[in-house]
Amino acid sequence: MEDYLEFEKSIAALEKKIIDLESSEKFSEDKISSEVDKLNDSVVKLTKKIYSNLSPWQCVQVARHPLRPHFLDYVEKICDDFDELHGDRHFGDDRALLGGVASIDGINCVLIGHEKGRTTEEKIYHNFGMSQPEGYRKAGRLMKLAEKFNLPIVSLVDTPGAYPGIDSEERGQSEAIARNLSLMSSLEVPILVNIVGEGGSGGALAIAVGDHISMMEFATYSVASPEACASIVWRDSSKAELAAEAMQLNSNNILKLKLIDEVLEEPLGGAHRSPDQAALILKRSILKNLDKLQSYSSDDLLERRYKRLSGFGAI
Amino acid sequence: MTNWFEKILPSFLKKDQKKKSSIPLGLWKNCNSCNSILYVPELEANSFVCTKCDHHIRIGARTRLEMFLDPENKEEISSNKSGYDWLKFKDTKRYKTRLSEAETTSGEKEAIVVIKGSLLKLPVVAAAFEFRFMGGSMGSMVGQKFVEAVEYSLKNRLPFICFSTSGGARMQESLVSLYQMARTSAFIEKMSKAKLPYISVMIDPIYGGVAASIAMLGDINIAEPKALVGFTGPRVIEQTLNVSLPEGFQKSEFLLEHGAIDMIIHRKELRPTIHRLLTKFEYS
Repeated sequence: MEDYLEFEKSIAALEKKIIDLESSEKFSEDKISSEVDKLNDSVVKLTKKIYSNLSPWQCVQVARHPLRPHFLDYVEKICDDFDELHGDRHFGDDRALLGGVASIDGINCVLIGHEKGRTTEEKIYHNFGMSQPEGYRKAGRLMKLAEKFNLPIVSLVDTPGAYPGIDSEERGQSEAIARNLSLMSSLEVPILVNIVGEGGSGGALAIAVGDHISMMEFATYSVASPEACASIVWRDSSKAELAAEAMQLNSNNILKLKLIDEVLEEPLGGAHRSPDQAALILKRSILKNLDKLQSYSSDDLLERRYKRLSGFGAI
Repeated sequence: MTNWFEKILPSFLKKDQKKKSSIPLGLWKNCNSCNSILYVPELEANSFVCTKCDHHIRIGARTRLEMFLDPENKEEISSNKSGYDWLKFKDTKRYKTRLSEAETTSGEKEAIVVIKGSLLKLPVVAAAFEFRFMGGSMGSMVGQKFVEAVEYSLKNRLPFICFSTSGGARMQESLVSLYQMARTSAFIEKMSKAKLPYISVMIDPIYGGVAASIAMLGDINIAEPKALVGFTGPRVIEQTLNVSLPEGFQKSEFLLEHGAIDMIIHRKELRPTIHRLLTKFEYS
C-alpha cells in the first residue's frame, strides 16, 4: 500500500475496496472485473477532483511526500550518464547538495540539486536536504566549471532550507548563499531551474537564480517554511497551515505573480504516484528550454537575466 | 512584528519621534547594556555610544546617515513609497495595517533610507536600514530602493556604502521578498563588474535574507563592535539542535575570528576609516 495523505482518505477507501473485491470469492470473475473497472474509474475521477483543487497546505504535504521523486531519482531517470563531482575544495563534500556533469538526451550540462534521501539512513546521510556552506560553495564551483567549458546549468531545487547549525554559521552560511546569488546573476551560460519539491528559503534560492524557472505542479516555494513563517509572524509554529495559505506558496499562485515562467503538470495524483512519468515531463521541459536558451548569445542572455532580476517585485 | 522589536528598542526611541529629529524626548536615558544614566546631548555628541561602557546604542537610519555624511550637500534619492501588498497578506493583522503602523513608529515610508552626499568631501551614496520599520525587513520596496541606489552609483561612478540592520526577508511578501536577495545581489555584482567599491557595514542585528545578500557581499565587510550577524537566529539553532550556544556566538568578534568580515570598527571611527579606504581605491 502506498502512503496516503490525510486528504486522500477517500481515495484510500476506494482502493481498499478494489483490493478486497479482487480477493473476494463471493462473486463471479466477470462481476468482479466489471465492478473493479467501475471503481477504478471512480478512483481516477476522485483523484482528479481532489488534486485539481489542492490547498497550499495540501501542496506542502505532497511536496514532502516520502515517495516523491528526489534529485537522485531524476538523475537515474533522465540522464544518459552522470558523473558526480565532489567537494568545495576548501572544507568538505556536502551530501545535501549534489552535482556533476551529465548528459540528457545527448545534451551535455552541469546538473546540481538538493537530495533529501528516502530511508531514515539516507535522510541522515543527506542531512534531510539541508545544505551547509560547503554545499553552496561546491555548487558555485561546479557552476563556474560549467561556464568555463560552455555547458548549460540545470538546477533541481528540493530543500526545507539551509541547515541551521553552529558549524554552518562558523563557516559562513550567509556568505556562501550570497556569493551564489551574485555569481548566478553573471554566469555566461544558460541556467535552467526547476523547483521539484520544496523550495525553502535562502537555501533554495542559492541555486535558483536563472533564465527559466519552472515548478512542478505540487511543489512549493516560499520565503520560509510554513512552520518558520508561522513562528515568526504568528509566534506559533502550529499555525503552519495558515502560513502556507498566507504565503501562497503553491505553483499556480506563484505563476500568477510572474515569479516563475512555467508550471509542469504532474501525473494524476502527484509525481509520487508515477515517478517515471514525472521524470519524463521534467526531461521534456529541460530539453525544450535548453534548446531555446542556447539560441541566445551570452551578452543577450546576461542582459535578459539582469532585466528579469531587476523586474522581480518592481513597483 | 512591531511588538518584539519595540521591546528591544532603547526606551528613549519608543516615543513618537518627528522625522529628522535626532534629539529624543527627555534629557536623560539609561544605557541598555550597563544601565548607567546618560545625559542625552552628551550621548549624541558621542555618536550614541554609551560614555560609560562603550555600548553602541541602536539608532535610526536617518540619524545614522546624518552622523556618517558631511552636513552639506545631502540629498535623499530613490523612491519614497511603501511596500506593496502582493499577496493581500494577513496574519493577526493585515500587512497594510502593519505598513502604516511601521510608518507611524519609524517616521519612514520603508525600512531603508538612501542619501547621496559626501564623506569628508568624497562624494558617495549611502543607505541605511531602519530597524524600527518592521524589524528592518526586506520586501520589494527595500529591494527596489537598494537597486536604485546602486543604479545611481553606477551612473555617477560613486562608491556605495550600506549600513544593514535587519531581521531578514519580509514574510508578508513571501517569495517576492526572497527574490529581493537575488535582485540586490545581482546589482552588487554589477557594481563589482564596473569596479566600483561597495562597502557593507553591519549593525546589530542582521539575520536571514539580508545577511545572505546585501550584508555579506561587500568589497569590504565592516561590523560595529558586538553586532549580532548570522543566517539562522540563535533561538532557532538552540531549539532545533537542543544545544546551548558558545559564548559570543554570531557576534562581530566571532565573525572576525571566523574570517567573515574584514574589520570591527567603533562607530566614531567609521567616517575616517571608510574615507581612508576609499581614497586608496582607484575607481572614478
